[in-house]
Amino acid sequence: MKFSIQINEGPYQHQASDSAYQFAKAAIAAGHEIFRVFFYHDGVNNASRFTMPPQDDRNVINQWAELDIKNADGEPELVVCIAAALRRGMLDESEASKNGIEGNNIHPAFRISGLGQLIEAGIQSDRLVVFGD
Amino acid sequence: MATKKFMYLNRKASYGTAYAIESLEVVLIAAAFEQDVSLAFIDDGVYQIVEGQNTDGIGMKNFSKTFHALGDYDINKLYVSAESLEERGLTADDLMPLVYEDEDDDWEEKPSVKVVSNAELTEIMSEQDVCLSF
Repeated sequence: MKFSIQINEGPYQHQASDSAYQFAKAAIAAGHEIFRVFFYHDGVNNASRFTMPPQDDRNVINQWAELDIKNADGEPELVVCIAAALRRGMLDESEASKNGIEGNNIHPAFRISGLGQLIEAGIQSDRLVVFGD
Repeated sequence: MATKKFMYLNRKASYGTAYAIESLEVVLIAAAFEQDVSLAFIDDGVYQIVEGQNTDGIGMKNFSKTFHALGDYDINKLYVSAESLEERGLTADDLMPLVYEDEDDDWEEKPSVKVVSNAELTEIMSEQDVCLSF
């Protein structure tokens, strides 16, 4: 089955991203396809490459990166909502330079895009599973 | 592109958290995809379409007027939980008079909001292909 996942909460504060990760890992192990993971609301914070948890804790961001969810063109299908990201200080290189800001914090395993990608995921997938409050 | 039935389930009040405004942003984007869209308002989500909202005292943008634009995007199925209204001491008269123009009926103005029981809402939800919960 083709799944997409929507994550609405940030890491560490809330278990949504952890649960979604466990779900995605289990789905892939069972032979299913993850078409796209879409990060919305505070969920955009799951894409910060500056995340530094203590050594004895899981790294939620790297866990997602290691799942290596990509499309046929090799682009990441860990997608961060651009509007939600920019207003929360999450920028990739292109958005940073466009806004005259030095530095960027989106992990390279993720990409920034629009809300249309969430709707498209709903249309293209057999199931869209939402994690959050 | 295939047409699916999308329902946006609004469960939180307009202010206090970003869920309500960011849900509305998705709905407006989704309008461009020509899907069969409906909205449901349950729990504190019913406060999102209460008439006469005023944010002057809290320094936030009052986005309640945006709901009036939904009719122009062919989004005219807004279901409100009767139980959720009643639990909060609200009635249908407390809600914004949201309308759309029915192109199949000489553009007559018709109400977009329909108050339904939770049992009816359950039925409507079970008919959906995609349910996005905010």
